[in-house]
Amino acid sequence: MVLFATSVFILMGFIYWATAGYMSSQTDETIEAEIIGLAEQYQRQGLNGLISVIRERVARDPNGKSIYLFTARDFIKLAGNISKWPEDGEVQDGWLNFTLDDGLGWPTAEPRPARARIFIVPGGLRLLVGRDVNDFMAVKELVERAINFGMAITFALAMFGGIMMSRSTSKRVELINQTSQNIMRGNLSLRIPDRGTNDEFDQLARNLNEMLDRIVHLMEGVRHVSDNIAHDLRTPLTRLRNQLENTLLTVDRDQDREQVGKSVAEADQLLATFNALLRIARLEVGDKVSNFETFDLSGLAQDAAELYEALAEDKQQKFSIMIEPNVAIMGDRDLLFQTLCNLIDNAIKYTPEDGEIDISLTSSQNETFLSVADSGIGIPEEERERVFQRFYRVAKSRSLPGNGLGLSLVLAVMDLHQGKITLKDNEPGLRIELQFPKQAMTLEHK
Amino acid sequence: MRILVIEDDKDVAAYLVNGLKENDNVVDHSADGKEGLLLAASETYDVMIIDRMLPSMDGLSIIKTIRATGNQTPVLILSALGDVDDRVEGLRGGGDDYLTKPFSYTELLARLEVLLRRGSKTGSEKVTHLSVADLEMDLLARTVKRNSEKIDLQPREFRLLEYLMKHAGQVVTRTMLLEQVWDYHFDPQTNVIDVHISRLRSKIDKDFPKQLLQTVRGAGYILSEDS
Repeated sequence: MVLFATSVFILMGFIYWATAGYMSSQTDETIEAEIIGLAEQYQRQGLNGLISVIRERVARDPNGKSIYLFTARDFIKLAGNISKWPEDGEVQDGWLNFTLDDGLGWPTAEPRPARARIFIVPGGLRLLVGRDVNDFMAVKELVERAINFGMAITFALAMFGGIMMSRSTSKRVELINQTSQNIMRGNLSLRIPDRGTNDEFDQLARNLNEMLDRIVHLMEGVRHVSDNIAHDLRTPLTRLRNQLENTLLTVDRDQDREQVGKSVAEADQLLATFNALLRIARLEVGDKVSNFETFDLSGLAQDAAELYEALAEDKQQKFSIMIEPNVAIMGDRDLLFQTLCNLIDNAIKYTPEDGEIDISLTSSQNETFLSVADSGIGIPEEERERVFQRFYRVAKSRSLPGNGLGLSLVLAVMDLHQGKITLKDNEPGLRIELQFPKQAMTLEHK
Repeated sequence: MRILVIEDDKDVAAYLVNGLKENDNVVDHSADGKEGLLLAASETYDVMIIDRMLPSMDGLSIIKTIRATGNQTPVLILSALGDVDDRVEGLRGGGDDYLTKPFSYTELLARLEVLLRRGSKTGSEKVTHLSVADLEMDLLARTVKRNSEKIDLQPREFRLLEYLMKHAGQVVTRTMLLEQVWDYHFDPQTNVIDVHISRLRSKIDKDFPKQLLQTVRGAGYILSEDS
């Protein structure tokens, strides 16, 4: 904008300078030419000749623009078309700028600007040759006005155009932003609309869309690879496990049977870890919303609590549930059940006997909160971020069974549901809060 | 029983075929999708085991094709794709049960048994009464008695026992119980089912000389009168 204004200003300035300069040099050249003519007459015919030439010129062109005044030493007029020597003039580079008016005997209604050159002829005689520059000044003024108007209009248009342009620009940027945000939430099938004008924004949109196509392609590749890993690696693992299981049926000694049984259990553990990893990887791809349905989260929480209550009771833990009835949610029922079970399972595992487990479900207008709290060993604050990493295990709980994938899976499931997970100190113990948005989910996954 | 196995992995197939033959079944095997479809369409089987990823034609297409011809033979889908939506897709596509590799042979047998029984049950008459030895269940009054003594059960325990009694004499795995009694498909980190079983056992078996509910090591449970 500033750049544009400056260039317009420079351009206009140049036009003004060129026009005005050309016109004023034209005036000056005319005067110079007249002076040269008069000087020649003077040289050829002397004083009388000069006077007669001046008279002749005045007579020939009574309404002309040329001004002549030839005076004697005491400023008495000898010849010319103004009556007396101008008094108000100012001299600049040998030029006299003055005002023509009635007082000088010039036939005019209002004062007019004039420009002249003065010569001292030998003998103390003075010669003034000039021109009425009123028209030139008028033109100059006109040019000035035109330029000013032009500039004003140009700036107004530029401002208006600029605002319109920046408005449409920000509108399109906003559109791109919104679309990208929706895409980042996992709706990878969305594309940025193309206006078909082939401008920079269209090109940007097209590039982004191509990038998205590429990402989708790569993601399909990833899924393909993980499917293949599942198919190629889990199958030999199955064989290994099955062979061990077969051996279990044929060995006779109890001691051997126990050993093989342990191996089967180890293989199962390995496969379970492998499955969990694949599952997390696939969840993180984030396009698994196809299984979403609206269901009763209260019922699900009740089922999970009931499933684990017996386990807690066996550990003499106090198990309390506070579940708000009829809380519906849009999501993947099996995944959310798995999530809640992982959390309750952890709570029971990391809480000593006689401890407390609290499960609660509440909902407000915009959100649904599900929390699992315990009075167990808790997670130190500095480790709370890291527990979501794959295979990470809190230092003081490494002796307990687990593969370090439970919370990674929970996080992946929460991301898929656009939910938030927060770990808090339950003083003592851990309090895990799951927070689900209400409206966004139903709108975006429908 | 006549069983068709469509599975391209040689070892898994050999393992399945040998295992099933040992249990006195007649087993046909194909390692190719199209060939398998031909067998499935031309022969009569009691149950079919079909892998999802197959050369020349995938398992789901085979199932869809045979279902389109009105063939209602129970199908157990076998797959390395263990995700829930793959499972849902498989069941919607006409499969009767879905088992993810790696599976234990006992799990497979248990599921096949359930499919076979379901297939042989012709009438749609509603069962109102179940009994195993001196254990009796009235599904209408929702009461359970053993040796004419009333036993109080929680609703979930009732459903658990109902499932076990309906499949009396068959091995029932933990996963099957989670799917059928709790109606969730998930992997528990701990054997939480064991706790429920032991509670149920303490109610129905504790005061009686004959133990009906048995644990099958490495497989699951069985409710049976001859133990």
